[in-house]
Amino acid sequence: MEKRYTQTHEWIALNESGSEGTVGITDFAQKEVTDVVFVELPRIGKKVPKGGEAAIIESVKAAFSIYAPMGGEIIAGNQALDSNPALLNQDPLGQGWIFRLKLDNPSEFSSLMDEKAYNAYLSDGGGQPGHG
Amino acid sequence: MTIRENSEERSARPDMHPTLWEISRSGARGVRPPVVSGSPAFGIPDVSMRETPPGLPELSELEAVRHFTNLSHLSRGVDTHFIPLGSCTMKYNPKVSDKVASLPGFSDLHPRTDPEGMEGLLEAMGTLSDLLRSLLGMDGVTLAPAAGAHGELTGILIARKYFEARGETSRKVILVPDSAHGTNPASASMGGMVVRSIASKPSGHIDTVALEKVLSDETAMVMITAPSTLGLFEEELSEVVRLVHKVGALVYMDGANMNAFLGVLKPGDLGFDIVHINTHKTLATPHGGGGPGSGPVGVKSHLVPFLPTPVIQKTDRGYSFANPDDPRSIGPVRSFLGSTGVLLRALSYVLLLGREGLPKVALYALLNANYLKKRLEGVLPGEGPGLCAHEFVLSAKPLSAYGVHAGDLAKGLLDAGYYAPTIHFPLIVPEALMIEPTECESKSMLDEFADDFSRIVERASSHPSELLAAPARTPVSRPDEVLAARDPVLKDTTVSGGQFRKN
Repeated sequence: MEKRYTQTHEWIALNESGSEGTVGITDFAQKEVTDVVFVELPRIGKKVPKGGEAAIIESVKAAFSIYAPMGGEIIAGNQALDSNPALLNQDPLGQGWIFRLKLDNPSEFSSLMDEKAYNAYLSDGGGQPGHG
Repeated sequence: MTIRENSEERSARPDMHPTLWEISRSGARGVRPPVVSGSPAFGIPDVSMRETPPGLPELSELEAVRHFTNLSHLSRGVDTHFIPLGSCTMKYNPKVSDKVASLPGFSDLHPRTDPEGMEGLLEAMGTLSDLLRSLLGMDGVTLAPAAGAHGELTGILIARKYFEARGETSRKVILVPDSAHGTNPASASMGGMVVRSIASKPSGHIDTVALEKVLSDETAMVMITAPSTLGLFEEELSEVVRLVHKVGALVYMDGANMNAFLGVLKPGDLGFDIVHINTHKTLATPHGGGGPGSGPVGVKSHLVPFLPTPVIQKTDRGYSFANPDDPRSIGPVRSFLGSTGVLLRALSYVLLLGREGLPKVALYALLNANYLKKRLEGVLPGEGPGLCAHEFVLSAKPLSAYGVHAGDLAKGLLDAGYYAPTIHFPLIVPEALMIEPTECESKSMLDEFADDFSRIVERASSHPSELLAAPARTPVSRPDEVLAARDPVLKDTTVSGGQFRKN
């Protein structure tokens, strides 16, 4: 299933009908975050706008907000992360998914970066927020 | 790259001290408590009475003294080592302040003593309030909050109550620049407000254009850390204050970094409505490792009625500690008078330095930080060639190529005889190392540190494995912090005897 990416390093993949999206963080993001020790999953039924904070992940380094790449209603959280947050580091693009959304507006998908654009964004220094 | 500390390693280290339970000898005594016959009349319900004695370690007084004295030698504090821990302002705590706080008239007071029986302490607290009011340029001060973040929460509750009293209940949004202290959004959220972050400009300063766009009649307050966690004075602070006040919102100053302009500038004169000051940073009181701290809050006149109760009042009959019956007050935020032992030390410090000494604290803090920043220029990339405030941030990003991260440099510094600087903060700088020398260190100390730091960075590229194994000279090398967070063991089950055994 094709994934699209945000500048804040989340990915989203749609289901076949395009009405639902699964969200996770990119491999780049899990490396930056380092070992994840806790994931705060969103409440089922919570409505989040595109770019709104949906989940929080904590590593020994800091806590990080995870933003919804598209607007919608939370329909599932990955319960496996409760007992095994390391899944986020081991398989960020697969088993380490974080939540599922029932999408408000599936056409938002096309406004996100595809893999090529995201990789270009990374090599362009997009992974270096702020200064340094 | 995580080196796990296991139990074999622990016993193999000769300088790893056993616990009190491990050196316990059955029958050994340091003190003999009086024998209690019958049931003691403390009003403890029978159901709560213990049937068997607690599993306390048994030691002679000498054994106990040696244990704790030896442990204290393993500790690193500002009395033994330079602590360049940015954002924390780890300055030296003058011993005379300890002496004042230990005076029996203060230290032997029972918290439940009537105000008439503790006028001396009330006067001391009243005097400190007056001095802080003047230093902060504010109209009212509460000494109650127990820490900086508690001061923030108090400030947020004051703002909330203020807008409620004005009928502006839709003001729920607290704006926090991303260069602010991490506690700011947390405190705002705890205070029941909605938090929005504002991105800084590439220079690290607040983006007034972006700020103006998000300001609205829903904005309650903007929280500004001044100077910011990047060690920068806001370029356009007066414009920020003007924009926020224009939409009817309040401006909060997180004064955790106030060491940079103590006695030189007053937050009240800059237009701030609420400010907190961390006595354990700026006024040289001990950092308590979780407490007790103190974070007095100052407010402008329009917010004075909302300050927490009880309040210290000066009357013609002396000082009192009263609960004025004003429904606008947010009520108590802390039991009794606050962290009085800490506040007495703060009072001593302010009186010791006085009007002439306090600005020198700030100026030397700025001088030391800028000198060290200059000395480390070119060693690692930083914010650029300009002046910093009381602290500065370097990025260890170039060392990633050798597999070395900010944390590894910090471990290397431990081996070199320093406390580690702050790492991974602020988050907007990759591989951040945040260094704050404070006014207390001498030029020779700063030179020594700069030489050692440069040498460690050099070793990072020439001998990375050495740094990845550091520290070698501390009692514990690299505890597995990931394992500790994912699967914490909160009881020591390795010792025999004692109640820690059950698990």
